[in-house]
Amino acid sequence: MNAIVKSLALSLCLTLTFGAISAHAVVETYQFRSEADQRRYRALIEELRCPKCQNQNLAGSDAPIAQDLRREVYRLINSGSSDQEILQYMLERYGDFVLYRPRFTLETLALWLGPVVLVLIGMGIWWRLSRTTRETDAPASLNDEERRALNKVLESPGE
Amino acid sequence: MARLKLFIPLIIFIALALLFFAVETRVSEGEYDPKELPSALIGKAFPAFQLPDLQTQQILDESLLRGQVSIVNVWATWCPTCLYEHPFLVALAGRNEVGVYGINYKDDPEKARRWLAEKGNPFAANIVDEAGSLGLDLGVTGAPETFVVDRQGVVHMRYQGGLDEAVWQAKFAPLIARLQAEQVQQ
Repeated sequence: MNAIVKSLALSLCLTLTFGAISAHAVVETYQFRSEADQRRYRALIEELRCPKCQNQNLAGSDAPIAQDLRREVYRLINSGSSDQEILQYMLERYGDFVLYRPRFTLETLALWLGPVVLVLIGMGIWWRLSRTTRETDAPASLNDEERRALNKVLESPGE
Repeated sequence: MARLKLFIPLIIFIALALLFFAVETRVSEGEYDPKELPSALIGKAFPAFQLPDLQTQQILDESLLRGQVSIVNVWATWCPTCLYEHPFLVALAGRNEVGVYGINYKDDPEKARRWLAEKGNPFAANIVDEAGSLGLDLGVTGAPETFVVDRQGVVHMRYQGGLDEAVWQAKFAPLIARLQAEQVQQ
């Protein structure tokens, strides 16, 4: 019973998480010169973050600014800009925030290295804890007096 | 020593509670806005543009902002906070402290002219940006936003949200006084 509830809860969590990520609000249909351009457009609006709605990408946002930026990405692709040029164009206007994978700079250092530092701290704590458990688990040896007392208890008849 | 260890979770809890309380106090007092984004334009020249003036239809460009410390306010008639800050802008323009310019952002120019006729016009000039192209170059995410530009046309600050006297005194007045003093020396 418990296992069923658990697996149901887990699958619900997974559906909510991944369902939310793949939700699209895009309504415009743009005509591209090729399949490849279409794919680049998809990839770019997934990668670029909406500057107004903070935790959505351009593909997932209905905000007017996201519509404008999608149109801009479309215009840049059709005018022959490379992906790198388009990202640079957005970066110059909206800063590092617009990239879901920001550049590695002094300002984004905590963002990139934070998880590594946390894992290291966690491993440190785990190592410390496992060492103390080993010490307490070690078989305690009894001295002669204790052994005699133990034998006495074991040999004494139960009531 | 071992007993002291028992208090570690409590100490962590109190430290976090104090931290969150401090941040939340700053948010509620308007000193810190977690949604505010640093502008990519700070320290850079105001982007080049060629757009018409709202009243005269003359084509304006970035040289408009040279020669004085000015603020450039991004506004629209569809923006409720712009309505809120409008009386302050009118009062500010009356004090002649700084040049007050407007960008009429993604708006209907006819409506914008009517709005200014009804509520007073604080702007020395209004750049019509119907398509939002200048807004895009400025990294505007919505209206209102206000930029501080020095005499050389360099952007020094971007403020997102409505202006009033308190915001002006806290965030704008010191910077503008500094920019004006700097430029008198030169």
